[in-house]
Amino acid sequence: MMRVMDSGGQMQKPNSCGDIGLRLLWNILHWVLNIFFMIVSLAQMLQSFLISNSSYQTLNIHKLKYLGVAIDSEEAKQTQKVARLLEWLTSIGVKNVCLYDTEGILTKSKDTITECQDVRNSLSHQNVEVEFTSFHDGKEAVTKAANFLFKKYYLHSNQEKSTLAELHMGEALEATGCGGPEPDLLLIYAPTRIHLGFPAWRIRYTEIVHMGSLNSMKFGLLIKAIHKFTMVRQNYGNNSY
Amino acid sequence: MENKDNSLAARLFGSSVNYMRRFLFRILSVGPIPRHMAFILDGNRRFAKKLKREEGSGHRAGFLSLMSMLKYCYELGVKYVTIYAFSIDNFKRRPEEVQYVMDLMLEKIEGLLKEESIVNQYGIKVLFIGNLKLLNEPVRLAAEKAMKATSNNSNNVLLICVAYTSTDEITHAVEVSCQEKWKEIHELTASRADEELSEEKEEVSSIIKLTDIERHMYMAVAPDPDILVRTSGETRLSNFLLWQSSNCILYSPKALWPEIGLRHLVWAVLNFQRVYPYLEKRRKQL
Repeated sequence: MMRVMDSGGQMQKPNSCGDIGLRLLWNILHWVLNIFFMIVSLAQMLQSFLISNSSYQTLNIHKLKYLGVAIDSEEAKQTQKVARLLEWLTSIGVKNVCLYDTEGILTKSKDTITECQDVRNSLSHQNVEVEFTSFHDGKEAVTKAANFLFKKYYLHSNQEKSTLAELHMGEALEATGCGGPEPDLLLIYAPTRIHLGFPAWRIRYTEIVHMGSLNSMKFGLLIKAIHKFTMVRQNYGNNSY
Repeated sequence: MENKDNSLAARLFGSSVNYMRRFLFRILSVGPIPRHMAFILDGNRRFAKKLKREEGSGHRAGFLSLMSMLKYCYELGVKYVTIYAFSIDNFKRRPEEVQYVMDLMLEKIEGLLKEESIVNQYGIKVLFIGNLKLLNEPVRLAAEKAMKATSNNSNNVLLICVAYTSTDEITHAVEVSCQEKWKEIHELTASRADEELSEEKEEVSSIIKLTDIERHMYMAVAPDPDILVRTSGETRLSNFLLWQSSNCILYSPKALWPEIGLRHLVWAVLNFQRVYPYLEKRRKQL
């Protein structure tokens, strides 16, 4: 039975036939939505199967300079799946990957993932750079940069205080070890399309694509997302904002 | 006689459409309604191109869509609506286009202050968010006037991001935090002029915390958005609300901004309701 919420998020008992009727209609609306998503999911499975079994020669992977992958922290605990995803990415030809999750599960399992037999072979043969980040590399990093700038331009400076520019922030982030390139494409493996708190300074103009849950990750859909990205880049170039 | 019949038919049709929309909103309200929705108004120029009209007409059509969407949002019960009206990056566009948009903004801001406008109908407090010093004087003055005139409204809030980018917002928040901390230290040393403030104490008192920075963000006046909509199918955030959107659903309908309608809002809200338990769980963890 679906919970009925008022604006304060409190559970409310239906107190009239009208309310029961509205609740029923709301449930029907969501059942229809769920059926729609089930059909979409089946169609995606079929599409992935077809893509995986066809040859994808023209991927133009060189257009993808830096790939970000943000994974929901609960799902990131499945290190085998993450290792498999990394293996798929290296097999496609991705050279630079940033793996992110909010709680830092991936950073903690870094060794487990990269020491996985197949992953280790792919990483070394293909010269792939893998970066691991978490939420602390976002907001906490900005705080560290703020303190760095404060010490440099306020505390230990005798000069007149000038206005801080974005350039100074960028330099401070680099100096505190929290800089890093901006991904061209960010793939989201989570129940819904949210960027999970990926460091703000690094996703200003990043294309953000939702891949579904990590549990249902598919090689064909990965190819499709990257291919679509390279086609869009072809049409609009890197200067569009 | 025929004109009277036609206008009566039109009024009846309009009323029944309104009634159906309100009924749909009542159904949706059974589930959680987002508190804050943000919109990137992308696609005005492409819309004008599509209809083979001059660029300005796209922006004007976009304004009409904005009024409709605001009406729907506030009727549904979304208390905060943020719109990305003009990015700092947009100053790089052709000067004629920038001037056109500035003139249009001036016209529309002045329109908002009129008696019969949407602002008074829905009790909207209007806030202009961004580096307002980058705007020309007439627009900046009009914006300040609008904020002052609507400051007592408390039903709903409209945040208009002009001369805004997230990176500029973060930099500004850091700068203000530094200035505040510097002033704090000065007052501390001034009040204890006879004591020497040891370097260790100086280090401890000079730490800027995350809460200091968050307090000084332009968007600290509103809760984080629940849904961020960018039209025209673009999947980038283009330096908009990057700090505030960690737990925010990103929705990119293919429709251009002047083509956005009720169906997109309903779809966004249904999807929000579908994953609400997940979002709430994340909110409590963050």
